[in-house]
Amino acid sequence: MTDLAHIRNFSIVAHIDHGKSTLADRLIQETKTVADRDMKAQMLDSMDIERERGITIKAQTVRLEYEADDGQNYILNLIDTPGHVDFAYEVSRSMRAVEGSLLVVDSTQGVEAQTLANVYQAIDADHEIVPVLNKIDLPAADCDRVAEQIEDVIGIDASGAIQVSAKTGIGIHEVLEAIVAHLPAPRGTLDAPLKAMLVDSWYDPYLGVVVLVRIMDGKLRKGDRIRMMQTGAVYPVDRVGVFRPGMIPVDELTPGEIGFITASIKQVRDTKVGDTITTEKKGCETPLPGFKPSVPVVFCGLFPVDSNEFEDLRDAIEKLALNDASFSHEMETSAALGFGFRCGFLGLLHLEVIRDRLEREYDIDLITTAPSVVYHIHMKDGETRELHNPADMPDPSHVESIDEPRIKATILVPDEFLGDVLKLCQDRRGIQLDLTYAGSRAMVVYDLPLNEVVFDFYDRLKSVTKGYASFDYQLTGYRADNLVKMQILVNDEPVDALSTMVHRDRAEMRGRAMVEKLKDLIPRHMFKIPIQAAIGGKVIARETLSALRKDVTAKCYGGDATRKKKLLEKQKAGKKKMRQFGKVDIPQEAFISALKLDG
Amino acid sequence: MLEDWRLGGFGLYIHWPFCESKCPYCDFNSHVSRSINQEAWRNAFLTALEHYARETPDRVLNSVYFGGGTPSLMDANVVGSVLEALPGHWALANDLEITLEANPSSVEAARFDEYRSIGVNRISLGIQALNDPDLKRLGRLHTASAALNALEIARSSFERVNFDLIYARQDQSLEAWREELQRALSFAPTHLSLYQLTIEQGTAFGDLFDRGKLPGLPEEDLAADMYDATQELCEAAGLPAYEVSNHARLGQESRHNLTYWRGGDYVGIGPGAHGRVTVGGHRYATVGTPSPNDWLKEVASGASGEMQRDRLSPEDHLGEYLMMGLRTNEGVDLARIENISRKPIKHNKIKDLIDIGMLEMSSGTLRVTRRGRAVLNSVTTALLPD
Repeated sequence: MTDLAHIRNFSIVAHIDHGKSTLADRLIQETKTVADRDMKAQMLDSMDIERERGITIKAQTVRLEYEADDGQNYILNLIDTPGHVDFAYEVSRSMRAVEGSLLVVDSTQGVEAQTLANVYQAIDADHEIVPVLNKIDLPAADCDRVAEQIEDVIGIDASGAIQVSAKTGIGIHEVLEAIVAHLPAPRGTLDAPLKAMLVDSWYDPYLGVVVLVRIMDGKLRKGDRIRMMQTGAVYPVDRVGVFRPGMIPVDELTPGEIGFITASIKQVRDTKVGDTITTEKKGCETPLPGFKPSVPVVFCGLFPVDSNEFEDLRDAIEKLALNDASFSHEMETSAALGFGFRCGFLGLLHLEVIRDRLEREYDIDLITTAPSVVYHIHMKDGETRELHNPADMPDPSHVESIDEPRIKATILVPDEFLGDVLKLCQDRRGIQLDLTYAGSRAMVVYDLPLNEVVFDFYDRLKSVTKGYASFDYQLTGYRADNLVKMQILVNDEPVDALSTMVHRDRAEMRGRAMVEKLKDLIPRHMFKIPIQAAIGGKVIARETLSALRKDVTAKCYGGDATRKKKLLEKQKAGKKKMRQFGKVDIPQEAFISALKLDG
Repeated sequence: MLEDWRLGGFGLYIHWPFCESKCPYCDFNSHVSRSINQEAWRNAFLTALEHYARETPDRVLNSVYFGGGTPSLMDANVVGSVLEALPGHWALANDLEITLEANPSSVEAARFDEYRSIGVNRISLGIQALNDPDLKRLGRLHTASAALNALEIARSSFERVNFDLIYARQDQSLEAWREELQRALSFAPTHLSLYQLTIEQGTAFGDLFDRGKLPGLPEEDLAADMYDATQELCEAAGLPAYEVSNHARLGQESRHNLTYWRGGDYVGIGPGAHGRVTVGGHRYATVGTPSPNDWLKEVASGASGEMQRDRLSPEDHLGEYLMMGLRTNEGVDLARIENISRKPIKHNKIKDLIDIGMLEMSSGTLRVTRRGRAVLNSVTTALLPD
């Protein structure tokens, strides 16, 4: 076994592009974990395993062996986490498996919103934090200012911040020494019953489900019969190993160590992340404090453009779900779109990645309906329902109140764009919680309804700040508000896939924006088409798409017949790509674009 | 069973591929060449005629059309040789219509009498506009006064004269077009082809348009207003549209063009010329080799000069019949539709289009309404087989 005093477990916290992956590469290289000739850029990101695990890959793990300046050998386990807000939950559970963090900040940029969100998770997990200022080789580097900002904004001592250039290798040795010197060794008892944390799991086509574990007490060996304390399921362990960063088998894992096991587990759903693993017999008594399972917060409908591809879509969705426990799906029937699935995602990025994979890897053309959040509907009879789809909204006369999810959003933005950001948040029904300055950057914290953010908030934020703002959020809970279902009627027929939940005070504005958008998105037809937004039976906005007046080909003689007919066939094929609602053809992109708010 | 083409007639199209200059809007197969061996072209036309006549025996020829290009650049004896050869190949209709397209320049007008004497009985003049600045913008070499002169000469030589105008030109107002058309109508024509300027890919205008350098073209509403005004003024002058862009006094319609729109057969001879011929119960689409020199060589060496010959499927045939037939006042025949497609008609689609006022049906014939004709591409698309 490895002596606990010679183990350090850590993660790296950083904003996108601040150099996390490059720093990880240097640590791998400096400790000779991978021979120089096998080294490639972004080692952890480019491993095959990542591709196999797909998007919901949360934690990349590598075990480094390091001979420190004190002459002793240490094992350093790095769990690398994704930075995106959608996977904040995965970040938090990875943090529970380690004792310390490197806080990497780009010395030319300073602290960003994502840095903050993740570093607070590290602080919550009681981590020791070592600040690292990266990219000091660049002329724009300003270490003093950034160190000061770390102290001001995050409130941790940055006087000992290590100055590095992950690109050139400056300061990498100092980082390794700091890990050994400043991060605490893990604690645990070898002679106690096995207690291990199930940190993550994923499906490997050759090995079945692979489980990432952190041993707290006891030991785990091949052949052990283990029990998942939460599910009660028992499995014999087939393999035990560590990541360097490839999978290397070992005889056993002991307290403080991080590694993997395989145990003939068939699907990812059979493993509950955060569960406690112990032995079938003489196991530990009390499990580790569990994690809440990650819950989908954004829902949308996915429908095949060609209704004949429904079965293909079902197969594809089931395959993806096999490896992604946070992606939920159930069959949905839409009057407008036919058979499809109502799918739940961790966030918009998650949604986009899944949709892209379905279209690219499985070659299915999809109609994606407007994303919606989960509302809690309190009925007059006392019952509470979850509403995943605005089309399912019960008759308002039976509804007592509706709660919607709220988030705490943190935005860092250069001074000059602050006004625009405040206006954007205000327009989205935000309540300002905090506004502070760090140098020429402002940090604003807003309480916002998730449904105002879920759609195009980030796009708008990027556009009003020319890309200079950074943004992160966490769910804070549910709160009642004056919400109503808004329907869209095209040619007097309601299109269920365009129904949305909106705040009553903003309904007119949203309705007007939507009908105007749809007027642009729907091509002109041979007849005029009224497009209306309505709440209940009351029309709140209306536009009329005027009839097409003229499209006839001026010249068509014997020599033109072939070519002109091809043009008509092309026109026909274009029409077939649209969805027919009554007599109206609506292009697929309308279902998403209609919801986008400009300005 | 009666072959469908017999309900549309049988015509001959001869393509003369040369022009003095290339017009920027024109996407026809036309070439500018300094020396043309008229003798070689005569021989090639005669050889190709023989070839097609063997494929289409026992027919009555209803019309001949010399198109281009600029066929008024053909020597009258070349035209004459083609016409002389016809009785050896087909029976000729008593009222055989022989049209020749001509540029309205003084040089060409001088030849009108000669064409008349060898048998041409209808002339079609590409006047295009009645003012010089616009003619220049359209790349035309003639002036308005020369054109009107040519029109007068043509009318003295030929009983049947058509002229073309192009409208919805750059910077043209509705009022300007109304005045121009009124003026054209004041010459008491018996046939007018009035085309909305169409920007085609692969033309100089198409290229300018793609680069955003063709300003002043009308938006859809103005173009539609011009189209409506055209119908109104022509009807008032006794020249109702019998096809989308063609207006005539009763009985003065172009029989040759009606053959296209009625789904008849036509032999297409010359570089890039298209034909539709029914052989052995199947309808074929033929295309001549586009390059004038290549076509000439191929025919001289005993080949057909045909670059492509495709057998039309029932769906293709039906699509063409609908697309062409609905352009005319005559409309399309439901029995022919079923006969061509070998499937029952989709009455629900037709009914939808009747309900929204695009189509009318009476005694087995389907016609577009005035509104329906303006949006004929959409109407036809809705009716095309899935």
